[in-house]
Amino acid sequence: MDNKILLTIDERELEAKPGQTILEVAKEAGIYIPTLCYHPGTTNVGACRVCVVEVEGARTLVASCCMPVSPGMVVKTDTERVLDARKLVVELLWASGDHNCLTCESNGNCELQDLVYKLKIEEPRFKIEPPRYEVEDTNSMIQKDMNKCILCGRCVRVCNEIQVNEILDFSMRGSHARVGPAFDADYIDSECYFCGECVDVCPVGALTFKQARFEGRPWETEKVRTTCTYCGVGCQLDLNVLNGKIVKVTGNSEYGEPNQGSLCVKGRFGMDFVNHQDRLTTPLIRKNGELKEATWDEAYDFITEKIAAIKRENGADSIAGFSSARCTNEENYLFQKFMRAVIGTNNVDHCARL
Amino acid sequence: MTNSIGEIEFSNVILATGTNTTENHPVIGSKVKRAVRRHGAKLIVIDPREIDLTKYADIWLRQKPGTDVAVINGLMNVIISEGLHAEKYIGERTEGFEAVKETVEKYTPEYVEEISGIPAEDLKTAARMYGSAESASILYAMGITQHTTGTDNVKSCANLAMLCGNVGIEGGGVNPLRGQNNVQGACDMGALPNVFPAYQQVTGDEARAKFEKAWGVSLSGTPGITVTEVPDAIINGKVKALYVMGENPMLSDPDLSHLEKALKKLDILVVQDIFLNETGELADVVLPSACFAEKDGTFSNTERRVQLIRKAVDAPGDAKPDWQIISELATKMDYAMDYSSTREIMDEVNELAPSYAGITYERIEKEGIPWPCPSADHPGTKYLHKDKFARGLGLFHAIEYIAPAELPDDEYPLILSTGRVLYHFHTGTMTRRAKGPSERYPESLVEINPADAEKYGIEDGKSIKVATRRGSVEAKASVTGRSPEGTIFANFHFREAAVNLLTNPAMDPIGKIPEYKVCAVKIEAA
Ligand code: SF4
Ligand code: SF4
Ligand code: SF4
Ligand code: FES
Repeated sequence: MDNKILLTIDERELEAKPGQTILEVAKEAGIYIPTLCYHPGTTNVGACRVCVVEVEGARTLVASCCMPVSPGMVVKTDTERVLDARKLVVELLWASGDHNCLTCESNGNCELQDLVYKLKIEEPRFKIEPPRYEVEDTNSMIQKDMNKCILCGRCVRVCNEIQVNEILDFSMRGSHARVGPAFDADYIDSECYFCGECVDVCPVGALTFKQARFEGRPWETEKVRTTCTYCGVGCQLDLNVLNGKIVKVTGNSEYGEPNQGSLCVKGRFGMDFVNHQDRLTTPLIRKNGELKEATWDEAYDFITEKIAAIKRENGADSIAGFSSARCTNEENYLFQKFMRAVIGTNNVDHCARL
Repeated sequence: MTNSIGEIEFSNVILATGTNTTENHPVIGSKVKRAVRRHGAKLIVIDPREIDLTKYADIWLRQKPGTDVAVINGLMNVIISEGLHAEKYIGERTEGFEAVKETVEKYTPEYVEEISGIPAEDLKTAARMYGSAESASILYAMGITQHTTGTDNVKSCANLAMLCGNVGIEGGGVNPLRGQNNVQGACDMGALPNVFPAYQQVTGDEARAKFEKAWGVSLSGTPGITVTEVPDAIINGKVKALYVMGENPMLSDPDLSHLEKALKKLDILVVQDIFLNETGELADVVLPSACFAEKDGTFSNTERRVQLIRKAVDAPGDAKPDWQIISELATKMDYAMDYSSTREIMDEVNELAPSYAGITYERIEKEGIPWPCPSADHPGTKYLHKDKFARGLGLFHAIEYIAPAELPDDEYPLILSTGRVLYHFHTGTMTRRAKGPSERYPESLVEINPADAEKYGIEDGKSIKVATRRGSVEAKASVTGRSPEGTIFANFHFREAAVNLLTNPAMDPIGKIPEYKVCAVKIEAA
């Protein structure tokens, strides 16, 4: 099995496994090759050609994301020919759409913007096309602006190959090509499950999280990694926070198990409750039939006295507690400890059965 | 789960029964779909409803609700009679096979067809598919457990898996999918009436002595009562006080009118939650707690992986994390609990729960660890029962089919099955306050087969009245072939149409799980 492939990238002798692409080997070795359409875990389509490299003996530049390594291969990633080709790709993409970073929600989180900068492009070389499409904002979760789409197809591939929701596809051809749900329908009129995966992987501002619009630039928000609070999968996710508010939720494939960055609609768009006006903010005690605001001490005293009296008269087993499948391990541990050690009963359960 | 989530994608055959996983655990649903579309796995779906997974299935067995034991016995009947069972594995690693063999003898495909409505030929095809797989994974959820025969159903799944040598191998196993973020952890931590943390029996003298020493008090050795037994215990005057943390039984429990009567009879009801939910409205004291984004701690997911949650924002007003509230209350009651962080609580868990002994915050900073993890240098356990079952030999249980507790009759001619939908979660307290999901699924819909709709004069999108012996609710009808003829499906997310006013509290005698998947119901246009 262990037949290693030896090759050279930028004068460095590297080892690779059979079947690896030039891009993968370079990445592992910390050699930078830009990409746009490439997305790990999906088919390599070689659509954007921004990842081109020079391979000794090959007549044309090759797309490193699609080219498997072979023994003795000699690869160069930063020759002038390579850089010129990349520049051309990026300049054409820039010209093909409405890339006005000032108003774009993805400013600071855009791979096209990054490439223009990294490739030291001073000004647009080609005439910029005027916007052709209306911005779709007919639902509150996903905003779609096809004027910014660079047709990398990442959204289509994650929808079909990672989530396997099979909603997105390309429609039309050539310069009219675009992506979206079947029959060019708006998201909200399609069968879309609103997992938001397509938005998460869009390298530009074509697909964005609608509720995050104007809620904070990426360099202002803080990403806090946590575990989803909904179902038992326990997806790892990033809460994007600004000024004490969750502005959006993103995935991160580097977090690995159990979800490799994938999320569903609940983890992605279900967090509004955290900051909701209905949240309880103070203890309440019922007085004359009505729940009235109270301090923590009043609440604790009230409970302590009542429970003590009930325990005295009827014994500890006349008290029961429901712990929670929603709370943490630490809290469940403490709750059962409280019921068993403090109250003195095993009447503790939670709604696993429901 | 006996397997890890990651293994699902690489099973050769997946049998999904009683789990609408693409809606309830969508990221696992995607792994199942990936297994099929990208890795050529075969998928068998057993479900009365035409759930999304049926689109990806090689074969779909549409059984009558509540006939699961018969169906699984039927599968085993075919597997045994065609010699597809794993004789060596059964001989070396299990016991009790002969009794099962005898029991399933009468469950021929034809007999099972009579009970379940599944065509005999389809049952055979599915049996062959499962029986000849190299590694096959059974996925199940509440569609298996929420029956009066829930425990039987679960044991049947285990029988089938052992029969084919499919437990304790990579990609093969019996995998209950948990619907809530930390059901696994709540059980592991001993939030159950009969066990201390890590399933140490309260009746066991040794276990009790251990916890008495650690906690410095003497402890009761009498198992407590379950959630589902509490309402009757209140009505009978046995229980006078109830402390509810982070649960909303007034929407999630069966037969709500009965429960309401009980809760009102309590001397004191304490409710600790993030919103004033339906249960809180009946409380004498309400304590405001911090939600998951406002505190630190750990959740254990359905594959037993213990993962960190981290504080991202401050809790509103005076709200506090539940662990802090419990500690303060205990201290008021003269039992000092002075934890300064959740990490200190986990240290205590490490000491007392052997399966969590090696799971520390430092170790799970980057990636969670699935228990059992008995020591600080143990990597955790990806799949259970490798080489040997926890109890030694895997035990077969011979199980006969028993019909659900309440079947349709002249007055209540249809079956009501309940569950969740993709866009909402449990009692809806959180998702119904989320803009996007509420926009996508704004109101409760009751799914009705077109034939039934016609029979009862019901139109798509129009209000209907749904009634059982216990109560009635109104909701909109969604006329769809997803529901089989004779069965309607309703979700329990909406308080306006609280389906648990309708459900039957009849319970599984061992699991004490109510029969949410089958009760008799009648419908009419409202
Ligand atoms: S939100 Fe999810 S299901 Fe909808 S189009 Fe995007 S990836 Fe596909
Ligand atoms: S919408 Fe975004 S991800 Fe999809 S093809 Fe366009 S640029 Fe790529
Ligand atoms: S993101 Fe979806 S699948 Fe993942 S844990 Fe949350 S609810 Fe479950
Ligand atoms: S990243 Fe290689 S062609 Fe687009």
